[in-house]
Amino acid sequence: MAKTYKSIALFSALLMGTGAALAGGPVDDKLVIDGEMEIQTRVAAPEGHPFDEIISGWHYRTEETRALEADSFQNPGMLYVERGEEIWNTVDGDAGKSCASCHEDAGEFLKGLGASYPKWNADAGKPFNIELQINQCREKNMQAKPYKFDAADQKALTTYIKHQSIGMPVEVDLTQGDMQAWWDKGKELYYTRTGQLNLACASCHEDYNGKYIRADHLSQGNVNGFPTYRLKQSEMVSLHNRFRGCIRDTRAEFPAAFSDDLMALEVYVTWRGSGLGVETPAVRQ
Amino acid sequence: MATPKPRVKVPKKASKGEVITIKTLISHPMESGQRKDKKSGELIPRQIINKFTCEFNGQMVFSCDMDPAVSANPYMEFNAKVTESGTFKFTWVDDDGSVYETENKIAVE
Ligand code: HEC
Ligand code: HEC
Repeated sequence: MAKTYKSIALFSALLMGTGAALAGGPVDDKLVIDGEMEIQTRVAAPEGHPFDEIISGWHYRTEETRALEADSFQNPGMLYVERGEEIWNTVDGDAGKSCASCHEDAGEFLKGLGASYPKWNADAGKPFNIELQINQCREKNMQAKPYKFDAADQKALTTYIKHQSIGMPVEVDLTQGDMQAWWDKGKELYYTRTGQLNLACASCHEDYNGKYIRADHLSQGNVNGFPTYRLKQSEMVSLHNRFRGCIRDTRAEFPAAFSDDLMALEVYVTWRGSGLGVETPAVRQ
Repeated sequence: MATPKPRVKVPKKASKGEVITIKTLISHPMESGQRKDKKSGELIPRQIINKFTCEFNGQMVFSCDMDPAVSANPYMEFNAKVTESGTFKFTWVDDDGSVYETENKIAVE
C-alpha cells in the first residue's frame, strides 16, 4: 500500500512539471573557479546526440551550491583531492611501491588522463574506468589488495586523478577495441525502462530534464563532475554509486558496481557529456 | 574518522589598516548525535567541533561556539583589520577534547 502511494506521489511530482513556484530549467550563469578558470558547462552537441546543447548538472543547482563549487577553498571535495595526493605518494603492498614510484611526474602523467576515461583495456577485453585502472595497478604492479567498491581511499584517489584534468574537455575514444559495441549496449540500457516505476534513465534525464521530481531539479545526468561531493551525504559519491542510486529509485534491482551493465552505461553516458569540462570535484545537492 | 585537517587562507601581505578576509575550513564529520546507526538502531554519539577561535599576536580576533546543526567540514569566513605584522593562530576544539591548531603569518607594510 505504502509503495503504491509513493509511486503515485512520484509520478504526480513528475507530471506537475514546471509550475510557477517550481519554474525549472538550467540557469544562465558561468562556472569560473576562483575567479580564474572558466569551465565549459554548456557545449553544442555532436551529431546524433539527443540534445542540441549539452549542459552540466551545475546549471541545475541552487545559487549556494554553485558558489561552493566555484571556490576551491570552500569546496569540501578539495579535501579529498588532498587526501588522494597523499595516497598517490604512499607506499603500499608487497612490492614496496607507491603510484609515484612508477608514474614519476604526476602533473605530466595525469594531465588530461581523467578526461579520456573510460578507455579500452585490451588485456581485460573491456572498458576500464579510473577505479578499475587503479585496482589493476595495485594488484599487478604494487602487489597490493584491490580496493573494495567505494572504499574511502578509492574515492579519494579517483577524485585526485580526475581533478588533474579539471577544465579539460571530456572525450571518450570509441574507435579503440570494442568500445562502439559497449556504447551500443549502454545506449540500449539508457532507454530501457526498469523497476516498478517503469522508468528509463531517459525518462528522467531526457524527457523531464529541467523539471522537478519531488525537491530535486532534474539535470541531463552528465558525469563530468564525478566523483562529486554531495551535500546530502557530506561525502564524495562515486559514479557507480550514483548510477545505482538512480536505478534503485525506479524500484528495480541494481547491478553491481563495475559490472558489464554499469561499465556500458558509463561509456555511453560519458559520451553524452562530450566536450563538457571536467569539474571534479563537482558539488551537488 | 580520518584525522581532521584544518585549512586556512590568509593573505601573505597587507597594507596598514587594511581589512582582510580570512577563510577557514576543517575536515570533520560533525556527527550530530541525533542520527541512528542503520544496522544496530543505536544513536551514534555526538562528536562535533564545538569551538573555533582566531587570535592575532595573542589577542582574540574572532571566536564562536558551534552546535550540532552545523554541517560537516565547517567553513568560517570573517574579516579582520590589520595594523602590524604578526601571526594568526587558529584553534578548533573537538568534543573528544582534541585541539587542532594552525598558524599563518602576515606582513603589514
Ligand atoms: C610498478 C610500476 C607501477 C606502479 C607502482 C603503478 N603503476 Fe600505474 N601503470 C604502470 C604500467 C606499466 C602501466 C601501463 C600498463 C598497465 O595498464 O598496466 C600503468 C598504467 C596506469 C594508468 C593508465 C594510463 C593511461 O594511459 O591510461 C593509470 C591511470 C595508472 N597506471 C595509475 C596508477 C595508480 C593510481 C597507481 C597507484 C595506486 C599506479 N598506477 C601504480 C605501472 C605502475
Ligand atoms: C526517477 C528519475 C531518475 C531516473 C530514472 C534516473 N535518474 Fe539519474 N538522477 C535523478 C535525480 C533526481 C538526480 C539528481 C538531480 C540531477 O542532477 O538530475 C540524478 C542525477 C544523476 C546524475 C548526476 C548528475 C550530476 O550532475 O551530478 C547522473 C550521472 C545520473 N543521474 C545518471 C542516471 C542514469 C545513467 C540513469 C539510468 C540508469 C538515471 N540517472 C536514471 C533521477 C533519475
